Amino acid sequence: LCRFTTPVRCHTIIQCAVVGSGPAGMYCAQRLLKGLERVKIDIYESLPVPFGLVRYGVAPDHPEVKNVTNTFTSILSEDRVEFCGNIHIGKDVRTKMLQEAYHIVILSHGADAERVLGIPGESTAKNVISAREFVGWYNGLPQNRCMQNKLDLECEEAVIVGIGNVALDVSRILLSPIDLLAETDITEESLEVLKKSKIRRLTLLARRGPLQVAFTIKEFREMTKIPDVLTIFDQPEMVSSLQSVIPDLPRPRKRLMDLMLQTSKATVPAAKKEFHIRFLHSPTSFNVDEDGKLCSVTCAINELHPETKKVLSTSSQNTIMGGLAMRSIGYQAIPLESELPFDVHQGIYKHQVGRLEGMPGTYCCGWVQTGPEGVILSTMSNAFALSGTILKDLKSMRIEEKPGLDIVKNYLSAQGHPVVSFEGWRKIDAEEQRRGKAKGKPREKMTDVGEMIQIAI
Amino acid sequence: FMQTSPAPKKARVTVTFIRHDGKRLQIQGKEGDSLLDVVVNNDLDLEGFGACEGTLACSTCHLIFKKEDYDRLPDRPSDEELDMLDLAYGLSDTSRLGCQVVLTKDMEGLEVQVPSGTSDARGS
Ligand SMILES: Cc1cc2nc3c(=O)[nH]c(=O)nc-3n(C[C@H](O)[C@H](O)[C@H](O)COP(=O)(O)OP(=O)(O)OC[C@H]3O[C@@H](n4cnc5c(N)ncnc54)[C@H](O)[C@@H]3O)c2cc1C
Ligand code: FES
Repeated sequence: LCRFTTPVRCHTIIQCAVVGSGPAGMYCAQRLLKGLERVKIDIYESLPVPFGLVRYGVAPDHPEVKNVTNTFTSILSEDRVEFCGNIHIGKDVRTKMLQEAYHIVILSHGADAERVLGIPGESTAKNVISAREFVGWYNGLPQNRCMQNKLDLECEEAVIVGIGNVALDVSRILLSPIDLLAETDITEESLEVLKKSKIRRLTLLARRGPLQVAFTIKEFREMTKIPDVLTIFDQPEMVSSLQSVIPDLPRPRKRLMDLMLQTSKATVPAAKKEFHIRFLHSPTSFNVDEDGKLCSVTCAINELHPETKKVLSTSSQNTIMGGLAMRSIGYQAIPLESELPFDVHQGIYKHQVGRLEGMPGTYCCGWVQTGPEGVILSTMSNAFALSGTILKDLKSMRIEEKPGLDIVKNYLSAQGHPVVSFEGWRKIDAEEQRRGKAKGKPREKMTDVGEMIQIAI
Repeated sequence: FMQTSPAPKKARVTVTFIRHDGKRLQIQGKEGDSLLDVVVNNDLDLEGFGACEGTLACSTCHLIFKKEDYDRLPDRPSDEELDMLDLAYGLSDTSRLGCQVVLTKDMEGLEVQVPSGTSDARGS
């Protein structure tokens, strides 16, 4: 037993469980390793492979963003860290078991679900899918494999509902020249389908106006630079009306609005494909043809309350033609288990600066704490802040010996449940790179969990 | 004709990184290195710095210059650098991304602030 003034002096090993190996979990581990000498950090991951949305969210044509996995890999190769893949907390192992076996439990399992519109046709019309599934599919997420069976890109017009970075990512993948995608780690399966795509007109629908777009300037500038694709604001007057307010905006917003304004004014020659943005449209139904396949999207036209900028629906409607529609209105976190304190309304754990309500020693971090918004930088910042809180809490915590991973491993091996170690992931990684090399790609991702486990163990 | 001269020796440049906790990290960089290279080569204790390894995809290498130093930098930031900077916490008029600023001889004695990588100071 030891009660210490600075954590570093404690003789007992502090046992720490991290649930989820995305940026939140990895950056917490990094900071805790630095702040604590005698610590063991076990990183539990439901998939056999690490890195969360860096592997399964970040677009394949953004390989630079994935460089951060080099840092994560060096964290995972530390002696005081153990990667425990293929363990779904809440299903294979109860959270309670972790809370008993560890001093610190960090829930950093991201946002596994997504928001829905809740309108007619959304779940019944053929070719109405979620951007989340589409992203998962082109990035090789096992649960989204074989989506080609429910996706048809043989139509000329498509609609995307939402105006954040994910909407721009999927737009870029749908409109980019196929040769550019072929050099990325996009899955072969999705590349084959995209090759046959006939989509030449894509319309993004935004509930609100140009000042409220949720994408960042980097992603928007990229859209304007895709070869043979023209970016068109369907209501250029709404963009040009910004001219007078732009000078007073904070710098990031100002630069983005400026670029949108320039884009809306540019007179450009006809292009092979068109990327349209339409503001103040809220879909009210997905309409189908006689085969049950999507043919158009009916939208209510909105206006913004002049002061509060709240969305107000008007009685006007507009119908947008399209044979494919994707919903991209946000991810959503769900609790590991219903016993955990969770705010269903906000879609995050109930917490005080990351400390789970009524559960000392248990914390939440990343998208399960902040909601599914922001970039890796913001998740990193959140993880560093949380680690600071944990280090502070440890100073006043009574530390008794705890068994940590041993108990969990014994339990799982009694069940015959395979666990993928860091070495196991290295084998999968090497095999993926080998398969990719043959095709001139950085890697060819495996999409079958069974195959991954076979290679890893 | 050929002229043989020894390869020009790269000048050493002293740079000080001032962390948000006030700690000053003074080191020697090499002419031609970016400020990110300097941080990496010297293994400076700046957490999370340079996550995308200098590929203009993260803005974790955000640095704040003194006005006079900022104005003297040989290159203006590109649109792409400004785009990434727009996501940085504590953005200022004299902010740059460390991976885009290359050391020259006349930067000797340069001092830059490393803003806190966090959006807020809630961690209590
Ligand atoms: C489509 C998309 C593209 C993006 N592109 C960029 C980009 O280009 N640049 C950028 O900076 N940011 C980007 N982001 C944002 C970035 O991905 C997030 O900020 C970050 O990944 C959030 O980190 P996290 O650790 O909270 O969650 P995640 O990255 O989702 O990690 C959570 C991990 O927990 C695991 N997990 C889930 N449930 C369990 C369980 N029950 N037991 C064990 N493990 C579990 C998951 O498998 C996952 O590995 C993108 C996000 C999306 C959705
Ligand atoms: S290191 Fe990522 S932008 Fe400079």
